[in-house]
Amino acid sequence: MSVLMLGLAIALALSMVAAAAVALITRSTVIAVLAAGLVSLFASIFFVVLAAPDVAMTEAAIGSGLTTFLFFFTMGRIRREGGK
Amino acid sequence: MIRHVVVALLVALLGIAFWTLTAGYLPDAELNRTAAYYAAHAQDEVGAPNIVTGIIVTWRGLDTLGEVTVLFLTSAVIALVLTQSKTPAGATGAGFLPSGELLTTGTRMIVPLIVLLGAYVIMNGHLTPGGGFQGGAILASGALLTLLAEPTRRFGHSVIARVESASGLTYVLVGLAGMMIAGGFLDNGILPLGRFGAMLSAGAIPLISVLIGLKVGAEFSSILESLHETEDA
Repeated sequence: MSVLMLGLAIALALSMVAAAAVALITRSTVIAVLAAGLVSLFASIFFVVLAAPDVAMTEAAIGSGLTTFLFFFTMGRIRREGGK
Repeated sequence: MIRHVVVALLVALLGIAFWTLTAGYLPDAELNRTAAYYAAHAQDEVGAPNIVTGIIVTWRGLDTLGEVTVLFLTSAVIALVLTQSKTPAGATGAGFLPSGELLTTGTRMIVPLIVLLGAYVIMNGHLTPGGGFQGGAILASGALLTLLAEPTRRFGHSVIARVESASGLTYVLVGLAGMMIAGGFLDNGILPLGRFGAMLSAGAIPLISVLIGLKVGAEFSSILESLHETEDA
């Protein structure tokens, strides 16, 4: 692994940790969901850097796509039906 | 106070456990015996340029079947639990907020592309990164986007269920055919290997990829569908 790749990997790992911390600390649910999706997105880029594009695809589609959307979906329902 | 100490202690223990796992980690200098066999024989036995798909569809095909079965059980359990609080007939779409011009127009443009990408990833699973599972998840995200943009739309439950069971059944039948004709369960040698790197090559791998893709896509869609159609009674 070249120095450039190593630097990229370390930067991605640190951003993942930072995004996870944001998801834990923030008071806003929307930002927390987005930050959790960001962790998955960084993870999928990380998998590409580590030469595992198949895993990266699954992570991007399920972890960062479906899960994030599902959270928003549920939040929309809570907002809609919570007012009743 | 004592709770915080316990939590900190547990986190520290977890950190130590991970540290001991990773501190002594040395990357292998060479592939182990199984991996070396897979890498050496992927071309002549499986015929798939993408070794990963070749492994998970043929040599480790049973694992993939198990994975898909777990997903099927999940969707079945979710449907079973949520049918208890089904939307009363005639009340569909009453309390939905409109989803907005941006989302509606964007969905109309993007969903066909997403479905096309899913089909591409499924069909080229043996050539480029991807395969049935990844493509199925992409297909399901297309279905999810449609649900988000048009909350009142209903997909056909029976169609999804039929696609799901038909592809699952065919998957197992292809596996059994491998036992009869070729070397074992889910052996891809039931169809000719073809020219290495061609679209229709690698034996039964494209067929199995399509089946897995349909099954995974249908399962995810049915999970989303069940979640979507449930109303609090």
